[in-house]
Amino acid sequence: MKRMMAAAAAVLTLAAAGCGDTGGKRDGGGGAKTLTVFAAASLTESFTALGRSFEGTHPGVKVRFNFGGSSALAQQITQGAPADVFAAASPATMKTVTDGGAASGQPQVFAKNRLVIAVPPQDPGKVAKLADLARPGLKVVLCAEQVPCGAAAEKALAAAGVRVKPASQEQDVKAVLTKVRLGEADAGLVYRTDAKAAAAQVKGIEFAESAKAVNDYPIAALAKAPQPALARQFVGLVLSGQGRTALTGAGFESP
Amino acid sequence: MRKGLDARVVVRRGAFDLDLALAAEPGEVVALLGPNGAGKSTALRALAGLVPMAGGHVRVDGADLRPLPPERRGIGMVFQDYLLFPHLSALDNVAFGPRCQGERKAAARRRAAEWLARVGLAEHASSRPRALSGGQAQRVALARALAVEPRLLLLDEPLAALDAHTRLEIRAALGRHLAGFGGAAVLVTHDPLDAMVLADRIVVVERGRLVQQGPPAEVARRPRTDYVARLVGLNLYRGRADGHTVVLEEGHRLDTVDSLQGEVFLAFSPDAVALYRSRPDGSPRNLWQATIGAVERRGDRVRIRLDGPPFTAAADVTPGAVAELRLTEGSRVWAAVKATETRVYPA
Amino acid sequence: MTTRDADRPPGRPPWILVLPALTGLVFLVLPLAGLLVRAPWSTLGTRLAEPQVLEALRLSLVSATLATVLCLLFGVPLAWVLARVRLPGMRLVRALVTVPLVLPPVVGGVALLLALGRRGLAGRWLEAAFGISLPFTTAGVVLAETFVAMPFLVISVEGALRAADLRLEEAAATLGASRWTIFRRVTLPLVAPGVAAGAVLCWARALGEFGATITFAGNFPGRTQTMPLAVYLALETDPQAAIVLSLVLLAVSVVVLAALRDRWTGAS
Repeated sequence: MKRMMAAAAAVLTLAAAGCGDTGGKRDGGGGAKTLTVFAAASLTESFTALGRSFEGTHPGVKVRFNFGGSSALAQQITQGAPADVFAAASPATMKTVTDGGAASGQPQVFAKNRLVIAVPPQDPGKVAKLADLARPGLKVVLCAEQVPCGAAAEKALAAAGVRVKPASQEQDVKAVLTKVRLGEADAGLVYRTDAKAAAAQVKGIEFAESAKAVNDYPIAALAKAPQPALARQFVGLVLSGQGRTALTGAGFESP
Repeated sequence: MRKGLDARVVVRRGAFDLDLALAAEPGEVVALLGPNGAGKSTALRALAGLVPMAGGHVRVDGADLRPLPPERRGIGMVFQDYLLFPHLSALDNVAFGPRCQGERKAAARRRAAEWLARVGLAEHASSRPRALSGGQAQRVALARALAVEPRLLLLDEPLAALDAHTRLEIRAALGRHLAGFGGAAVLVTHDPLDAMVLADRIVVVERGRLVQQGPPAEVARRPRTDYVARLVGLNLYRGRADGHTVVLEEGHRLDTVDSLQGEVFLAFSPDAVALYRSRPDGSPRNLWQATIGAVERRGDRVRIRLDGPPFTAAADVTPGAVAELRLTEGSRVWAAVKATETRVYPA
Repeated sequence: MTTRDADRPPGRPPWILVLPALTGLVFLVLPLAGLLVRAPWSTLGTRLAEPQVLEALRLSLVSATLATVLCLLFGVPLAWVLARVRLPGMRLVRALVTVPLVLPPVVGGVALLLALGRRGLAGRWLEAAFGISLPFTTAGVVLAETFVAMPFLVISVEGALRAADLRLEEAAATLGASRWTIFRRVTLPLVAPGVAAGAVLCWARALGEFGATITFAGNFPGRTQTMPLAVYLALETDPQAAIVLSLVLLAVSVVVLAALRDRWTGAS
């Protein structure tokens, strides 16, 4: 009993200390400022690098990222999550934010992503082009049409006139990659950036029809940004030449 | 081939060590009597196959049961708190054994109904065990054990869980059923009265060993251990006899009517002890002076514990005598026992 | 009813218990209230009539029920072994049984792929020998749910077995019952309440399973898309629809559990 009380006391003390900490930061004691960026998961590598460089040019500023599925992020923003910048993987998700009046000014497209066919390294299904995905017996996984990568896949396949019977419609592009990586699927449609990030485990095959389903990535500073000036500056950095270099390095195309 | 039970039960568990030879003729009821922890129940459970034996044998009608698991031994067992299956009716509890023997449901139930009627519980056939009184549950347990028509019946403290009034009644009923049972029966009890009433032969067990056995009257008359002496209410001593005198281990000499030579037991009843405030005239032969160690009421008598030297003894007197002689703890009295009241038998 | 009243301890329940109890209840019920308040009641009817919703619901009920059956079939004997067999290393086995409880379900799904997938340890052999491929099938959904739900059943039944009076099993043995008969006619009836409670937990857990299912079996309407998967995807585009689906799942499970509970308590 005594031990339990001690443990409880320790937990309470820790919790109190934790509260004190964040309280100090929020107060900006010592002039430190925090910029909060909500960004699509596919931007993880490129934005982390840009954030570091932003901190370098803005002493005393800390950039905090919340990477996740675009629509989940959009939900959080419309429900009042404190964020300064939102970078989405599709104009549609950005639209739910701008429609709710949560963005300040017009969103700007800063990058484009296109689909590639991801296959396991040995390519057991012998896939070379988009039409191969319609071959009977081939296990193909796509994103569900409700998520941006699924919508893009549907558009590309429709444009090419290829009818695919997917084995599964996954909840996000990482899930498609997992199935391909483990060899459960013979092929899947993923973003070029994702294929690039997983280059060791999957092979990305470019296809011409992907031009019909290019995904625009819009970015916007948010109306209720706690740091409006920094938010504008960060958007500026992403749109700059330096930003472009970082993004193309990760597999994105310039708008 | 020897009919009935012929067993030697050897069980070792840590410091506990049980080694007991047991036999029972068909129709004979043997009571295992002993203090708590003596190993009576363990012996019974070993006979049933519920406790592994370190050695020995269990032969029933000539067949060795020791290699067999409990379910193939063909025995019947009545447990201390009956262990009726709570989810089955009284009837299905009794029908359980016959069903396991491969009888069809209807036939098993018919047989169970007969047994329930025999123990006088026909009208409780559909009752769940929870709804039965202690005495009724005991009878169902007995019927359940007998319904498998065992060659050996084991009863583990079958009356211990009953209150005094029910106990009397159920003991008599149990006695009738045991008398009607044709196989060998082994009954474990720590109550001498149960053993005396129900058993044809008593086996006294102490610390895992047989210390005395014989017909109930013999055991009651001639106890061979302090435990048995206490149970049957006698003062018991060991000594050396030389004709009509016995020198107790404690060193005192007592005169006796019986004439023996060598190592003997000497017993007398607490009723036979007379107490005097001062040295009596006419000097009975077996006289000694003692200190009163305890005074306690027992029914309409008073038990006086006499401490040594020369030896401890119990004396039973009337409450009137206690007042008259002012028998209080710590006081000194003279005690005497007539030679005709002593009993001497070889050790 | 009257006996229950008589059994009630005397006096007023102490506030030191009532207060945290109420807090706990509010904490559990408040999110439900959130769902109810935000539900688009006016369009509820039309949304429910969508064939995809009914299909997902049917699939959920069928797969959760099958998973529960599998859990009973394998979990009850496993619980018996854990409770009754005394061997060195049993402690470790018991810890292993609870692994799916601790494992994030998505990781569980990946683990299932690595074991039963096309390239998995056992899956490779299944495919080569029998041509059976489990991922992306309804069978895969059932397996994923079974994997995640089984510990609930095993733990519940094992607890009941440990609490059961072993001497009743001994009594049955002296009456000539084999171990299997003892298990069937004595042990199982004695632990029936524990088995029932475990099965309910198991079914509820299987019904709400998401992570392992979507990872192992994928998501395809009518084949592997259960209600939780449909809810998750609806959340991407149409949060209102997600709320409706959640409420349907909730209502169905509450009705089923309440009905079963009444039956069991009525029977005992």
